[in-house]
Amino acid sequence: MKLKKMLGIILTAAMCTSMLAACGDTGSTSTGSTGDSKPASNGKSDLIRVGIINNDPNESGYRTANVNDLKATFTEANGYDAQFSYSLKNDEQISYAQKYIQDEVDYLLLSAADTAGWDGVLQDAKAAGVKVILFDRTIDASEDLYEASIVSDMAKEGKTAVDWLKSQNLDKYQVIHLQGVMGSAAQKGRSAALTEAAEADSSKWEIVTEQTAEWNAEKAQQIVQSAIDAGKEFNVIYAENDDMAKGAVAALDKANIAHGVGKDVIVMGFDCNKWALEELKAGNWNYDGQCNPFQSSYITDIIKKLEAGEKLSEKTIIMDEKGFDAATITQEDVDKYGI
Amino acid sequence: MIANKKPSFLSGLLHNQLLIPIAALLLLTVFNLIVDPSFFKITLGTNSDGNPVLSGYLITIIDYGSELAILAIGMTLVTAASGGQDISVGAGIAIAGSVLLRVLCGTESRPETLQTPVFVAFIICCLCAMIAGAFNGALVAFFRIQPMVATLILFTAGRSIAAWVNNNELPIISEKSFTYYGGYLPGIPIPTPFFIALLCFAVTWAVLKFTNLGLYVQAVGINEKTSRLNGLNPELIKFAVYILLGVCVAVCGLIKVSRLSTINYSVIAKDIEMDAILAVALGGNALSGGKFNMGASILGAYVIQFLTTTLYKFDVQSDALSAYKAVVVILLVVMSAPVFREKISSLFRRLRAGSAAA
Amino acid sequence: MQKDSVLELRGIFKSFPGVKALQNVDFTLRKGEIHALMGENGAGKSTLIKVLTGVYSKDAGDIYIKKDNREEKVVFHSPQEAQRAGISTVYQEISLCPNLSVAENIFIGRAEGKFISWKKMNADAQMLLNSLGINVKATQQLASCSIAVQQMVAIARAVDMECSVLILDEPTSSLDESEVEKLFGLMRQLRDRGVGIIFVTHFLDQVYEVCDKITILRDSKLVGEYTCEELPRVQLVSKMLGKELDDMADIKNDAESYQGRPSAPVYEATNLCSTEGIQPFNFYIRKGEVNGFTGLLGSGRSESVRAIFGADKVTSGSVKVNGIPVKITKPLEAMKQGIAYLPEDRKRDGIIGDLSVKDNIILALQVKTGFFKPFSKAKATKFAKKYIDMLDIKTASVDTPIKSLSGGNQQKVILGRWLLTEPTYLILDEPTRGIDVGTKVDIQKLVLKLASEGMSVTFISSETDEMLRTCSRLLVMRDRKLVGELTGDDLNQTTVMNTIAGGARE
Repeated sequence: MKLKKMLGIILTAAMCTSMLAACGDTGSTSTGSTGDSKPASNGKSDLIRVGIINNDPNESGYRTANVNDLKATFTEANGYDAQFSYSLKNDEQISYAQKYIQDEVDYLLLSAADTAGWDGVLQDAKAAGVKVILFDRTIDASEDLYEASIVSDMAKEGKTAVDWLKSQNLDKYQVIHLQGVMGSAAQKGRSAALTEAAEADSSKWEIVTEQTAEWNAEKAQQIVQSAIDAGKEFNVIYAENDDMAKGAVAALDKANIAHGVGKDVIVMGFDCNKWALEELKAGNWNYDGQCNPFQSSYITDIIKKLEAGEKLSEKTIIMDEKGFDAATITQEDVDKYGI
Repeated sequence: MIANKKPSFLSGLLHNQLLIPIAALLLLTVFNLIVDPSFFKITLGTNSDGNPVLSGYLITIIDYGSELAILAIGMTLVTAASGGQDISVGAGIAIAGSVLLRVLCGTESRPETLQTPVFVAFIICCLCAMIAGAFNGALVAFFRIQPMVATLILFTAGRSIAAWVNNNELPIISEKSFTYYGGYLPGIPIPTPFFIALLCFAVTWAVLKFTNLGLYVQAVGINEKTSRLNGLNPELIKFAVYILLGVCVAVCGLIKVSRLSTINYSVIAKDIEMDAILAVALGGNALSGGKFNMGASILGAYVIQFLTTTLYKFDVQSDALSAYKAVVVILLVVMSAPVFREKISSLFRRLRAGSAAA
Repeated sequence: MQKDSVLELRGIFKSFPGVKALQNVDFTLRKGEIHALMGENGAGKSTLIKVLTGVYSKDAGDIYIKKDNREEKVVFHSPQEAQRAGISTVYQEISLCPNLSVAENIFIGRAEGKFISWKKMNADAQMLLNSLGINVKATQQLASCSIAVQQMVAIARAVDMECSVLILDEPTSSLDESEVEKLFGLMRQLRDRGVGIIFVTHFLDQVYEVCDKITILRDSKLVGEYTCEELPRVQLVSKMLGKELDDMADIKNDAESYQGRPSAPVYEATNLCSTEGIQPFNFYIRKGEVNGFTGLLGSGRSESVRAIFGADKVTSGSVKVNGIPVKITKPLEAMKQGIAYLPEDRKRDGIIGDLSVKDNIILALQVKTGFFKPFSKAKATKFAKKYIDMLDIKTASVDTPIKSLSGGNQQKVILGRWLLTEPTYLILDEPTRGIDVGTKVDIQKLVLKLASEGMSVTFISSETDEMLRTCSRLLVMRDRKLVGELTGDDLNQTTVMNTIAGGARE
């Protein structure tokens, strides 16, 4: 009896949770895309039918921009009949994939939550003649199972940034290095370049503090605060995303340490959030490296080639990614590349 | 008939609730004094707005420890009355902060000027945080769900709700005066959060002094049935403390959002619930509810920040911080175990007996 | 060691810091006897039991047991060791697993080999239960059995572990009379099998009903060992208290002094009923009157007074206080009408264990006074000290947690709490349960004193003679229904028993 009651309460609680969570989602995503509401069979024959599986748009500003870009591209007006599904869980993503294969879509676009576990469903896709294109994230599966993979090269992003830093020709580089969540692809790529540069020329380069702030502005603020309190000397903040750079700047402001173009401390961030680019343009920050969320143009290129029967030259396509310098950034850049 | 036996100073100290936080504080102080006395250096400078500011590790501690101390107030009451903890305070801060920004920004996400006075926005954010608290409180008090389970709901959903409040956009406040709450007031070199915390302590002290909140909360936490038979309404009291915690959450939300003039829904006040609970435990309060000592909890909160700051100073990787805190938790649990206290007491007795014999 | 004894304790000493708990105590238990261990609270009974079962280590003295006709000097370091030597204990709080079946509870923790044959286990358990005359299915879940049955299952478990000595520590305090009878039946049966039983209880009636021998402890010393026949009840009590007892007679005289002074009812209820399954009943009490509810445990006495106090949800009935209709649906409303209620289960409903004696005393008045009007520390201390002195509460200080006080003193604190609210009508539900004889007498005297000062009191006790001594009117309950009212000459054991049983009056 008591057990039943308890079970009831738990179930109710679970339902409440999912309802609330659902509320949170619908507000921001509104999956009012063409394919979602319509049964697949109603799709017109001249439209290319795609099923898109992505991560939850709430995950980050990057993801929101990514989702919006895809939604803007794969419309009926552009000749597509697209269906969208979002999940941060691999198993849910796999079941969406199975559904799309059953619906006999032409293309399956996938940004996998996890690298493992995709072989089976992708083999099904191959057998059913569904072409798979990966974007943003790679998976651990045989290359035969997908047509192409469109990714960012995090190491290259890091290298672009460090090259820019080298070009500033400082007498001495005393760097506070704020890392992302350890082990993530972005952290590894962006850290490697800096570490390499510091090791290559240890007379000029010194990593004053190297800490993970786990992409978190508050933690970054505390870490930089601690460095300031300790009286450490530094002239570069190398933050692996914009949030952490913002936290660092808040700590600098408190301690009256001048930062930005022509000031004492160089501030560097990544991701090109719009607000970050605005800071750049105002001269408060010095550099922001892009992590390109706009993959849809690459994807449509590939689909066009495949539809025309052409062969793709490479499996892995690395997107162009820019780095913006505060000295040269324009309002146009802010509007175009800000996410 | 009262037996006129004064407890010895030593055993009195041993049973005092403030023992643990004070011992921890002393330990940290001594450690820092030995390793690097410059830890305690405070310098006066000016910030980028030209205001005088004090800086140094101690200032950092009272600055960042303040949110935790404010949360610890509410968490202590919740723990005492309901014998469980609210693990949704971090998510609650995200909601409160999001609402605050939403009201301040109005329809734009990046307004040049504030659309609403901060005071009004704070009242609205406070109401929302109290509603969230009332939701938790209702589940705990009226539906008798385990506090941790009940608050798991908002713990899971809260950050999504926070994102939804602002349509997942990122409001940024450029108005300078908004940074006062998490930064410095012009002309005053001590961080504002500390003053906000002091204000909260004063209010709490007054409430505990001039109302029966303390007695009622403890009575309900220790024995609900007896409390009912003595005319108390245990459900109402439990419900009320969750709403009070909501107010604390709203205040923390204000400070947190003001620190950066913006919000990141997924990481703002991340894991703060664990620190708040740890503060309550460090204050020697039983996590199973009952008696509490508010001062000890508040002290506990600052001790935790002291520890965090010390660890940062020694460049401990911030993702390893929780491991160090875990060590503290283990020590606490062991020290507060009756078995351990009994052993220590008997050890003292034996020592005293030994010295008396000699 | 004597020829027929199974257990002997010689010259046992045990002290705790500041307290000498046992001083040179001897105790002998013979084969096939039920031996009562009597004494006031704090006399050393529990300590003796705990020394015997290895919970405490003794400071000096020897324990001998007889096994296979060989006597053996033993030292137990844990209850498990004692159990292996054939000494089993059943405590007041049943320490079984309520969510397991009866059979599982009997055999848990001692399965031999790796595999359990459920069928065999259930069959064995059923056989054991049948042989002991316990009427329960072995496969039934323990929680679904009555407390008495659970107690008997605990005994069955103990017995099955081939014990030669069985210790029953206050086994009857939560049982009603028929259940007690069943338990006694089981005890007698075990005695006939040759088991020696040590029986710790507060109920004098039960001692005379079932025991053969009585050993009395007082102030941690042995008073003596007696057979039941050679020791009349009054003698037993006076030996326990260490003084000749004429207090009881005094009480009776007081009780008669205010009879026959009729006045308007202070409290009056018509068709009162609560959710706890009692029949609607009518009730009144006059100024300065002491009345009582009597009946078997579970007959609805406690439920009735709880309905009066609004402790349970009241479903119907109209209530008048001093002739004015009022609504009492929750305790606070009752308190505001000057009603006070000392609940039956002190630990569960009475004390706030971790709070100080002071806070426990002021609680009810504080709640009555209001949320925004807390007493100053000095005022609270003054209140607390007043009742500590008045009721002679033994406590280290006003700030001592109430849980560290003895049962009797805890009860006095609760009593002080309610007296502090200056009630016009005081309800005492089993105020004398589980406390020592001296305090019992104190409380009864106090009740009569309060009544003579004009307070109305409803007094409930399991011990009929206590009720007869204090009450001028008895309301008898049976099967959750008010079945009779006794006054004047009807206030004697026989009539009360008959009414409870449903004989003479209806």
